[in-house]
Amino acid sequence: MSSVMKSASLTTADPLMIDGVEYQSRLLVGTGKYKDMEETRLAIEASGAEIITVAIRRTNIGQNADEPNLLEALPADRYTYLPNTAGCYSAEEAVRTCRLARELLDGHNLVKLEVLGDEKTLFPDIIQTLEAAETLIAEGFRIMVYTNDDPIIAKRFEDMGCVAVMPLAAPIGSGLGIRNPGNIRTIVENASVPILVDAGVGCASDSAIAMELGCDGVLMNTAIAGAENPVLMASAMKKAIEAGRESWLAGRIPRKRFASASSPVDGLFFQ
Amino acid sequence: MELVINGEPQQVPEGITAAALLTRLGLENARLAMEVNQEIVPRSQFETCTFTPGDRIEIVRAIGGGGTTP
Repeated sequence: MSSVMKSASLTTADPLMIDGVEYQSRLLVGTGKYKDMEETRLAIEASGAEIITVAIRRTNIGQNADEPNLLEALPADRYTYLPNTAGCYSAEEAVRTCRLARELLDGHNLVKLEVLGDEKTLFPDIIQTLEAAETLIAEGFRIMVYTNDDPIIAKRFEDMGCVAVMPLAAPIGSGLGIRNPGNIRTIVENASVPILVDAGVGCASDSAIAMELGCDGVLMNTAIAGAENPVLMASAMKKAIEAGRESWLAGRIPRKRFASASSPVDGLFFQ
Repeated sequence: MELVINGEPQQVPEGITAAALLTRLGLENARLAMEVNQEIVPRSQFETCTFTPGDRIEIVRAIGGGGTTP
């Protein structure tokens, strides 16, 4: 167990700090894959998330002129947008996407960087991600970076100036849960920036486990949007993350091989 | 002249500005960002920015997305 001094969230505020900004929710959510804009809005409201990822895509020209606008359904005065570079397979594509996002969002410079390696695994291409991060940091972007669960690389991203490091739990959209808890734990122990599990959780208990490993938050999309009842799952995720956080702060008992009685042995009347 | 707008070739009048192009496309009030030949055109320059034939223009918006929406 860690000997880190932990504050009790029942009595003191326990905000998530990212790049000097305080957030009350440790659940960050994507806005993709929902049935419609109304379901998106309801699920995100139920999740309690304050930071929501958005994708940057071509405007449809000459069609769907009246389709509902995400930025109107989820207004900027209520949510912090986190433009992501989802779908980028090279540093160059990711850098262009971030520049467009910053222009689109009036100078907003907090972005989620992800550069993918292949379509089958959607694992990050670390070489390209490092290259993109270097360029973007030099241009003043504040980067939350999607990476694999490699502690060495996670530290490298922190050292180069990323404001949060976000290792995957399992492949994006897989719902497999935390495949490598030991590595996630090591990444957390090494870090002095927030560590958020990004991708791969499938259900509420997966999120709780991430928080019990000491992660600062969890970012997810498919686990909520793909559930049979997305709004209910959003609510479950919110509670799981709060429960996991408190469980981490409370400090669990050590695992033991044999039993340990919880009623006193002294005073038994039949001895 | 011909421009390539979001991957599609389109004929537009010579000397058209970025602002006039957006109006022509019905996007004058849309929340968007533009790049020409991979360079950002700041919104403040839409009234003055003009194009040369063959320019590749990307007009983007924010949509729902999480960890990789294709």
